Amino acid sequence: MSSRNHWLDEPRNVKRLWRAFLALLVLTVLAERVVTLHPHFEIESLPAFHAAYGFIACAAMIVVAKILGLLLKRPDTFYRADDE
Amino acid sequence: MSSEIVFHPGLALIFGGFVLPFLRGTGRNAAAMLIPLVAMALLWQLPEGAGWQVQWLGYDIKPLAIDRLSRLFATIFTLMAFGGALYALGQASRIELPAAFIYAGSAVGVALAGDLITVFVFWELMAAGSTLVIWSAGTRTSYAASLRYVMIHLLGGVILFAGIAGHLAQTGDAAFGRMATDSVSHWLILAGFLINAGAPPLSAWLPDAYPEASWSGTVFLSAFTTKAAVYVLLRGFPGTELLIWVGLFMSFYGIVYALLENDMRRILAYSIVNQVGFMIAGIGIGTEMALNGAAAHAFTHIIYKALLLMSAGAVLRATGRRKCSELGGLFHSMPLTTICGCIGALAISSFPLTSGFVSKPMITLAAMDGHLLTVSLLLGAASAGVFLHAGIKFPWFVFFQKDSGLRPAEPPSSMRWAMVLFALLCIALGVWPEPLYRMLPYPVQYEAYTAAHVVTQLQLLLFSGLAFFLMLGFLKRTPTITLDFDWTWRVLLPALARRVGALISAVQTFLGRVLSGAAQRFSIGVARQRVPQGLLVRTWPTGSMALWLMVVLLGYLVLYYVR
Repeated sequence: MSSRNHWLDEPRNVKRLWRAFLALLVLTVLAERVVTLHPHFEIESLPAFHAAYGFIACAAMIVVAKILGLLLKRPDTFYRADDE
Repeated sequence: MSSEIVFHPGLALIFGGFVLPFLRGTGRNAAAMLIPLVAMALLWQLPEGAGWQVQWLGYDIKPLAIDRLSRLFATIFTLMAFGGALYALGQASRIELPAAFIYAGSAVGVALAGDLITVFVFWELMAAGSTLVIWSAGTRTSYAASLRYVMIHLLGGVILFAGIAGHLAQTGDAAFGRMATDSVSHWLILAGFLINAGAPPLSAWLPDAYPEASWSGTVFLSAFTTKAAVYVLLRGFPGTELLIWVGLFMSFYGIVYALLENDMRRILAYSIVNQVGFMIAGIGIGTEMALNGAAAHAFTHIIYKALLLMSAGAVLRATGRRKCSELGGLFHSMPLTTICGCIGALAISSFPLTSGFVSKPMITLAAMDGHLLTVSLLLGAASAGVFLHAGIKFPWFVFFQKDSGLRPAEPPSSMRWAMVLFALLCIALGVWPEPLYRMLPYPVQYEAYTAAHVVTQLQLLLFSGLAFFLMLGFLKRTPTITLDFDWTWRVLLPALARRVGALISAVQTFLGRVLSGAAQRFSIGVARQRVPQGLLVRTWPTGSMALWLMVVLLGYLVLYYVR
C-alpha cells in the first residue's frame, strides 16, 4: 500500500475530520440541555463543567510535565554506560 | 475430603511451565494453549471455601481457598496466560513462555492463598518467574534491568516477610484477612504489598524493567505483579485512607512521566502505574462500590493493557524501534494492529462502549457518593489525563503523526488472533458488562449507561483530546528520558559507594604510611635488642650466671635475717 493513496493522507480529509471532531465537541455540550445530569457537587452544575474541567486539567498537566521536563530530561543515552 | 478431587489451578500452570521446555513443534503450541485453559477449567470447578488445609509449625495453612474475589482475579490471570501464550507462540526464546507460565501460576497462587505464608511463597515465586521473563529477552540491557528489578523485588520480599513473621508472632494466626495499620508488622506487610503495586517511592522499577523484556515478554509482565498486589491490598487493607492519596499520587505520576516519555513501551509502563493508582485509590475509599470498582478495573485493565502492549510489541517486532520520535505513519501497512491498538487506547480512556467505561467510573462514583469532593475532582482530572497520555498520545505518535516512511508488515497470525481476541473482549465487556458484574465481590448496584454519565464522560474525554491537539507543540517528541527515582540506585548510590570506597582506601593509605613509620621504628628497636649481639640475644658466659645466682641467694639470705 503506497503512502499517497490512503484517505487519511489527504489534507482535505484531515480537515473534514477536524470539523467532525469540533462538531462532536459542540454536540456533547449541547446535549446537556436535553439530558438531565445528576450533579453530586454544586460545582458540577455549572454549564459545560466537565468539558471545561477536562480541557483545563489536561492543559495544566501538559504544562506541569513541560516544567518538570526542563529539570529532569536527559539524553536517552544517559544510562547507557551502566547497561553495557 | 474435597482435597482429593481438586487440583490447584496455579500449580497446574506452574507444572505446565516446567513441562513446556521439553516439547517441540505442534505439541508445544498445543500444550501452550491447553495449559491455561485447563487451569481455568480447574478454577471454575472449585467450590467456594478452603479446598486444602494443612497444619505446619502449628499454623493453619490453606494453600487453596476460594471466594468471589479470589476467583475473579484467578480467572483474569488464567485468561491472560491464555491470551499471552497465543500472542507469544512465535517467540524464539525457549525460556520465556515457560517462565511466564510459572509467573502466571504464582499469581494465581497468590489469588487463591488463604494464609499469609502461602501468599509469601507464591509472591517470591512470582518475582523469580518475572525476572526470568525479562532476562529471556537476551540483551545486555534486559540483563542489567532484570538485576535491578530482582533487587527491588527481593527487598520488597524481605520487608513483606518481616511483616508476616511479626504478624504470626503477635497473633499466632496465619489466616490472610483484613488487617489494620495498627502495628509495625502490618505496616511492613502494607509496604511489601505496595512495592509490588508500583507505589512511590520505588515505583521506578516498573518503567525501568518492563520495557526491556522481549516484544511478547512485556505483555505478560504488565498483567500479574501489580494486579496481584492490587488483589492482596483489596483483601488485606480495604478502606485504609492513606491508600487514596498513594493511589492519586500514582495516577498523576504516571500521567506526567508518560507525557514526557519517548519510548512507546515506557509510555505504557508509566500508564500501568497510573491505572493501578486508580485501583489503589478505590481500595482506599473502601466502600462496596469502590472495592467492586477496583476489582472490576483490575480485570478490564489487564485485558486492555495487554492489548496495548501487544500492538506495541507487534510494532517493535516488525521495526525493531521503540522510540516515538522514530515511528509514525504505521497505519498505512499495519491497519489491524492500528485498530487493535486504538481499541485498547479507547478502553483505557474509559470511552463508552469499551470495558474501561464500565469499571473505572465506579471508583469515581464511590468517591462522589462518599462526598469526597477533592478526591472526586482529582480522579476526574486523572481520568482526563489517561486519555491524554495513553488514549491519544500512544496511538498518535506510533501509528499516525508524521509519516516515518516505515512500511512494516502485519504480525503473524497467532499475534493477530491474540490482538483480535483481546480487542473483542474490550468491546464485549463494554457493551455487556453483566457477566463481569456478576463475578464482583459485592452485589452491584451500578448502572454504567445512563445518559448523564455518557454525556459527562464524552465531554471530559473529547475536550482532553482538544487540549492534546491544540498543545501538540508542547508534546513534541525528543530523544530523551526523564530522570526518575531509579536515578538513586543507578547513579547516586553507586557514586556514593565509589566515594565511600575511595575514602576508605585513602584512610587506609594514610594509616598505612603513619603506621608503617611507627612499625619501622619499633622493628628497628626490637632488632637492636635481638640481633646476634643485641642485649637480649647475645650469649652470656656461664661464670656470670653463677655470679648473678650467688647475688640472688645472698639477697634471699639477707631478707631471711631481716625477717
